Amino acid sequence: MGRFHRHDDGTAHEHDHPQGHDGTPEHEHSHLGDGARHDPQHGDGAGLIGREEHLGDHSAYETGRERIEVLERIFDENDRTAAANRADLLHHGVCAVNLMSSPGAGKTTLLRETLRRLAGTVRVGVIEGDIETSLDADRLTGFGAEITLVNTGNGFGGECHLDAPMVRSALPRLPLSELDLVLIENVGNLVCPAEFDVGEHARAMIYSVTEGEEKPLKYPVMFRSSDLVVINKIDLLPHLDFDLELFRANLRKVNPTVTTIDVSARTGDGVDAWCAWLGSQLAGSRQPAASVQ
Amino acid sequence: MHELSICGSIAEIVTRRANGRPVDTIHVRVGQLRQVVPDTLVYCWTVVSADTALDGSRLELENIKARIKCRTCDGLSDLGDYPIMLCGTCDSADVEVVAGEEFLITALELAEV
Ligand SMILES: Nc1nc2c(ncn2[C@@H]2O[C@H](COP(=O)(O)OP(=O)(O)OP(=O)(O)O)[C@@H](O)[C@H]2O)c(=O)[nH]1
Ligand SMILES: [Mg+2]
Ligand SMILES: [Zn+2]
Repeated sequence: MGRFHRHDDGTAHEHDHPQGHDGTPEHEHSHLGDGARHDPQHGDGAGLIGREEHLGDHSAYETGRERIEVLERIFDENDRTAAANRADLLHHGVCAVNLMSSPGAGKTTLLRETLRRLAGTVRVGVIEGDIETSLDADRLTGFGAEITLVNTGNGFGGECHLDAPMVRSALPRLPLSELDLVLIENVGNLVCPAEFDVGEHARAMIYSVTEGEEKPLKYPVMFRSSDLVVINKIDLLPHLDFDLELFRANLRKVNPTVTTIDVSARTGDGVDAWCAWLGSQLAGSRQPAASVQ
Repeated sequence: MHELSICGSIAEIVTRRANGRPVDTIHVRVGQLRQVVPDTLVYCWTVVSADTALDGSRLELENIKARIKCRTCDGLSDLGDYPIMLCGTCDSADVEVVAGEEFLITALELAEV
């Protein structure tokens, strides 16, 4: 599972008032586990707690308007649905991998090569998150995989990501009991998909060497939330002044433990290693403890 | 533009909590590691709330800086503009995020009727 999952369970902490008014350390910070490590000698509770900046005024406190405490996570609904998806997949012994990338990094091409190689050994279903068209799905037919399209085109030119309810609506269209692996092609977008857990067991990001070495620093959330980064289009390296080691160094800065695989979906280089990684995820997802995080 | 669908989730929570009472201000806590563009979120809220019971309410955002804690030396570091996951004290990469991933509605203020 990605490391970037919600810990924002309201993790109640009191404001870290710089002047430390009355000093009573009655603040609670329920960041699991580390509460025990916190030693009250620090006094001001600055310890584990991010400083907060209040934007805007506090006039509301003076007007006596009625205030309702809420403390509800905005992704709660999505995450509950994601948990339901994960449970259904687990129930059928299916491993799901969420493929994310910027537009055109090579998700569909890699999927095609993957289906070609896994045909006859691993039973694969694909959920295609193409915004408006079935173009990508059409490229994936003919390898015996079950393909279903998620229509993300609702309003404002289509969604920029898949969310858990969209994947939930797609699951019944796949014969889960006859599948081993579900590959989810997310919408091509370097920002939004990373925010939405869809119930996958692992996240893989496809990064193309045409994108520039600094991308992990500029778009850290997706790089950080991925279990694996596929470095694609390495066949183009001789034609680019791309510094692969600099890219890896930047990637490690935001995600020190991530695995990478160098691939060319065009020539087939590295695709077997990618398939082996998928195989390891499949094996891992069948051990009950593996999917818990 | 996932801000739009996020505003849909906010509307759902606020509608349920307000339970028919008019809402003036919605307090939202956003960690630095969230990819939420504040201006976009505020703008999308006007779009999503228009012509609903929440029309005229506004979002007030409270930003939380990102912080990491080192598992090697227990040191705490603030993250700068780039979320580089290295301990500011001992350079260890064995760190955990302790603040900055928040994204929640903390409170509502009701409008005076
Ligand atoms: N040279 C080279 N080109 C590649 C490689 N992989 C994909 N491409 C090309 O890159 C272009 C985009 O590939 P897609 O597979 O459609 O990318 P995608 O990530 O599915 O794109 P969206 O779904 O639109 O986000 C196509 O022209 C592919 O032929 C590769 O390894 N090497
Ligand atoms: Mg595609
Ligand atoms: Zn350290």
